Amino acid sequence: MTTTTTKPAVAKAAKAPAFDSAAIRSDFPLLQTQSHGKPLVYLDNAATSQKPQAVIAATARYYTNYNANIHRGVYKLSVDATAAYEAAREKVARFINAPSAREVVFVRGATEAVNLVAATWGMENIHSGDEIILSEMEHHSNIVPWQLLAHRTGAVIKVVSVSDGGELSLEHYAQLLSERTRLVALTHVSNALGTINPVERIVSMAKARGIPVLVDGAQSVPHLAIDVQKIGCDFFVFSGHKLYAPTGIGALWAKGALLEKMPPYQGGGDMISTVSFAGSTWNDIPHKFEAGTPHISGAIGLGVAIDYLGAIGMDAIAEYEHDLLLYATKQLMRISGLHIIGTAPEKAAVISFIMENIHPHDIGTIVDGEGVAIRTGHHCCQPLMDHYNIAATARASLAFYNNREDVDRLVAAVEKVKEVFS
Amino acid sequence: MSDLRDLYQQTILDHTRKPRNKHEMPNATSTADGHNRLCGDKIRLFLKLNAGVIEDISFTGNGCAISTASASMMTEALKGKTLADAQPLFELFHTMLTSPLDQEPDLEALNKLAVFSGVREFPVRVKCATLPWHTLQAAIKNQDAPVTTE
Ligand SMILES: Cc1ncc(COP(=O)(O)O)c(C=O)c1O
Repeated sequence: MTTTTTKPAVAKAAKAPAFDSAAIRSDFPLLQTQSHGKPLVYLDNAATSQKPQAVIAATARYYTNYNANIHRGVYKLSVDATAAYEAAREKVARFINAPSAREVVFVRGATEAVNLVAATWGMENIHSGDEIILSEMEHHSNIVPWQLLAHRTGAVIKVVSVSDGGELSLEHYAQLLSERTRLVALTHVSNALGTINPVERIVSMAKARGIPVLVDGAQSVPHLAIDVQKIGCDFFVFSGHKLYAPTGIGALWAKGALLEKMPPYQGGGDMISTVSFAGSTWNDIPHKFEAGTPHISGAIGLGVAIDYLGAIGMDAIAEYEHDLLLYATKQLMRISGLHIIGTAPEKAAVISFIMENIHPHDIGTIVDGEGVAIRTGHHCCQPLMDHYNIAATARASLAFYNNREDVDRLVAAVEKVKEVFS
Repeated sequence: MSDLRDLYQQTILDHTRKPRNKHEMPNATSTADGHNRLCGDKIRLFLKLNAGVIEDISFTGNGCAISTASASMMTEALKGKTLADAQPLFELFHTMLTSPLDQEPDLEALNKLAVFSGVREFPVRVKCATLPWHTLQAAIKNQDAPVTTE
């Protein structure tokens, strides 16, 4: 064979995924299983992701080899556990390009992170008549904590509208920004629509008025390379379980100066410096915000998930998923009577759809019978559903371990839905 | 998985496509709203009660095939019946959907409503079928607060 004959293959490979999707898939034990007697096709990654063997093994290794409480013991096990936990913090910091691991607080997930900010920074800095800007496409976890805060303080919530295609109206946002705005809290990527919001622009518009910004990265961290310094926000939150890591672990990143000034969230062990009945003093950040024994194995697992993703590269993942999104969109659009909700030009690999005269819940059940797991419902975005005047959608959300065959199985399953209702 | 045909029976599909008694009732004596948080099904039930008799019953709303058909068939089954008849029917229906799979439900007493027996093999869908009936209970009690299936 001459060298020239390999050229077309190389040219083709340049267009194809930048990594070996079959090998990646084999790293995820759950993807090797069956559902209803058929090979599982898992397309509910926006709800939670599957875990690679490396993450599963790392958490088992912690419990098997060095399970001990952290920051407390002088013995080797505790020292090892503490080192692994703190190493995970460093990995998170590097992964989102935080200036320092001191600024990374481990929490249960995005929900707890938003609640933490609302209950601490919010209670100190937001007062009666102050305004908080959210958007119509927020997950309930970036709405309700602010409503609770507004209820306590008398603050007012303003909501940026979303276009029919699923894009934030930046004009409306610009109109809402005012001298009374104290915080902008917006999602980076919509879990229901897939829209990637122009967070850098959103932040710079707020910064022009000195307004702090919280970015909900729950759906962006698993799919895009994140640089919190480039985004320019003040708070950034995400959940580990959507990032191929265990449930019950996530992170809040906030600028060090803000964390220093914020009061503690919960009280207890580890978050104190000294305790007496005359009064207690607080530990340094980030420990000030980590009361009690944390999710040690979860943090370690999160660190390993980050290593795993790092070896593949987030840019390669984003590129592969984008290609798969285009393919899935094209294939689904061929089905008559199917409408995609959320058609922004900048999208992560989430496809919400509805079908004429067929309720999403029925779609979900029938598709499940074909071994294809998708989400149906309001996706914790009831205000957004109200905007579109629908109760629910069916949603396929893709990850880098999905492939075109998964998409084809989904399409065939959706055809089956039509058959049942024909 | 049990056969989808057990769930989506022709009778059910027929009621989904052409729901009976699906309209508002301006002269209702009692109404109630039902809401299934899981799938977003919303139903409003209208009752016209007269001395313990369900003179008229209708519903509006948006729901999945199962909840729509269940509402439609419930209204057919109950129109003209007394409240005293409705209660045991609700209990039979509920038992059919929630009893263990090895227990034979009393399909005969349920009459046409027996087509929903396949739903119990799809546990997450049971609430879809029972939503209209829970909403009926609320309407009978004339509660104003929306019921949920939680
Ligand atoms: C955009 C967005 N924000 C926040 C969350 C909340 O994440 P968690 O439930 O892990 O706290 C989710 C999860 O669905 C989400 O999609």
